[in-house]
Amino acid sequence: MTNWPVILGIAKTHLVSKMKSTITATLGVTFGIGAYITLVSFMTGLNGMLDDLVLNQTPHIHLYNEIRPSEKQPVDLFRDFKNSFNVVRSIKPKQSQKKIHNALPILDYLKQHPNVKGATPQLKAQIFYLSGNIELGGNLVGVDIMEEVRLSNIQDNIIEGSPKALKNNDNGILLGAGLAEKMSLSLGDRVQISTVTGNIFPLKIVGIYQSGIAEIDNIQSFANLKTVQRILGEAENYVTDINIKLLNLDEAALMAQRLERQFNTKAVDINEANAQFETGSDIRNLITYAVSITLLIVAGFGIYNILNMLIYEKMKDIAILKATGFSGRDVQYIFMSQAMIIGSIGGVLGLLIGLALSKIIDQTPFHTEALPTISTFPVNYNMAYYIIGITFALISTFIAGYMPSKKAKKIDPVRIIRGT
Amino acid sequence: MVLEAKNINKHFHLPKDFHVLKNISFGVKQGEFASIMGKSGSGKSTLLYILSTMDTDYTGELYLSKQLVTGKSHNELSRIRNKSIGFVFQFHYLLSEFSVLENVMLPAKKLAEKSLAEIEHDAHEKLSMLHIGHLAQQKASRISGGEKQRVAIARALINDPAILMGDEPTGNLDSHNSENVFNIFKRLKEEQGLSLLVVTHDEDFAKRTDRIIEMEDGMIIKH
Repeated sequence: MTNWPVILGIAKTHLVSKMKSTITATLGVTFGIGAYITLVSFMTGLNGMLDDLVLNQTPHIHLYNEIRPSEKQPVDLFRDFKNSFNVVRSIKPKQSQKKIHNALPILDYLKQHPNVKGATPQLKAQIFYLSGNIELGGNLVGVDIMEEVRLSNIQDNIIEGSPKALKNNDNGILLGAGLAEKMSLSLGDRVQISTVTGNIFPLKIVGIYQSGIAEIDNIQSFANLKTVQRILGEAENYVTDINIKLLNLDEAALMAQRLERQFNTKAVDINEANAQFETGSDIRNLITYAVSITLLIVAGFGIYNILNMLIYEKMKDIAILKATGFSGRDVQYIFMSQAMIIGSIGGVLGLLIGLALSKIIDQTPFHTEALPTISTFPVNYNMAYYIIGITFALISTFIAGYMPSKKAKKIDPVRIIRGT
Repeated sequence: MVLEAKNINKHFHLPKDFHVLKNISFGVKQGEFASIMGKSGSGKSTLLYILSTMDTDYTGELYLSKQLVTGKSHNELSRIRNKSIGFVFQFHYLLSEFSVLENVMLPAKKLAEKSLAEIEHDAHEKLSMLHIGHLAQQKASRISGGEKQRVAIARALINDPAILMGDEPTGNLDSHNSENVFNIFKRLKEEQGLSLLVVTHDEDFAKRTDRIIEMEDGMIIKH
């Protein structure tokens, strides 16, 4: 039978009478947990921001026609050479069109699909931006702008003007920020573009687009799908890319494979397109956890040490407690509860310090060209990290307390009292 | 019989096998004040720690209030020590960070048969009986040796044990305080009918007890 009030009373007296050691041990845990919370909040906040930066600009599945050679060359189809070793030199890509065949029915089909949040058609055109007699090479992307706003974070990247302005202007263009700077153009100005075939069109700048990635901002602009179709002199079903946003991201890979077979186009899913990006996130997480766990292990050793010393000091007390009727388990509980009290107080303080530091980081100004929408450092206040933090504090102090307390349990009172 | 030992044998195994206690059989009656005497190494303390149930590494049988104690689990033995045995050591062994009152109350709190208020009342009563009631709120580390020993006696008495055991309880005290402790023991026996078993070197002390059990080389030679 365990008498908790008595055991906790003794544990409390021990902790209070050794205030310095208690505070040292508690602070060890506090700093460990505080550092963990701060690091993990900041790191995952940063990860989330970078994910947004790259991943939100990437569709979950991207459909397009890839220019590539046929896998089966004519000679492979000829039965007489079936068992021979055929060598074809100087293979050329298959003659095919850039546009997706039957794009409009495909779009209709995708919009009906239960796992599709939305599908937007795009038309990517190679063009030149004309500034005097200088030609700058680049892309013009024809989009259904209001659908893009609904499905991606394009609105965040329009630093001047608005998507609506583009929608309402058949000759409007959202000019890349890098281009605008190079050509000294601003909102309301006109820019001349020329197609590959040499036709020249004037477009009105209704917005400036800045993705934060210079390579994109220096070449890419957006216009309405119909505008680009008109510039290229193509029909309304001329669409080179279809971007799909899914409701459930996990099915992206499987669905991409199916769409590829079904529509005979190339389909790239988000994970394939951003494999290297995931690696970066994983490594940052790994570093965060490695540092935090190291801190907590150090704190754990501190507790282990202090309890060990306490038990040596209290050898006689332990003998007395045992002689007057406290069982070995009672004695173990006394020291375990000291460890757990240190762990829980240190842990909770650590959470508070972590929260406070996160708040400070959250207030720190952080301006960068690359991220127009961010003004302070990003911080992730996820409840899960606080739960992990306190759990880890309790587990590590439990382990650190368990071993010394086991020793206290086994102390033979007769040997201590007789002094042998 | 409050305490009865039958054919107790004990060996020390380290550094080599040594037969410390040889066929010890004796008993302590209700209300008896017995002392165990013997030279150093005669095994008297070893015997006392077996009788106190703290040492379980022996053969033979030990009865406390006619109940077989030998072979019980450590948890049961802890409970028996808590409830039925009071122990006074040569060195006072109080918990130095606790107050005198808390030291006395601790075994009763562990037993948890009475309410906290009752325990506190009992503790005050025991302390007053030993004329140290005024020390109740002092830290245990702040009082004199003689006072400490009396606090230890009060602690041993708090659960009204069947028997009080002492391992040279006066060994570390001057003659005045020794006398004091002896008188307390005597009074406990006479007024409350408490059984006492005390290991001592002090011949004067032993002579004034009801019975002397003399030990030599692990055997009882006279009782």
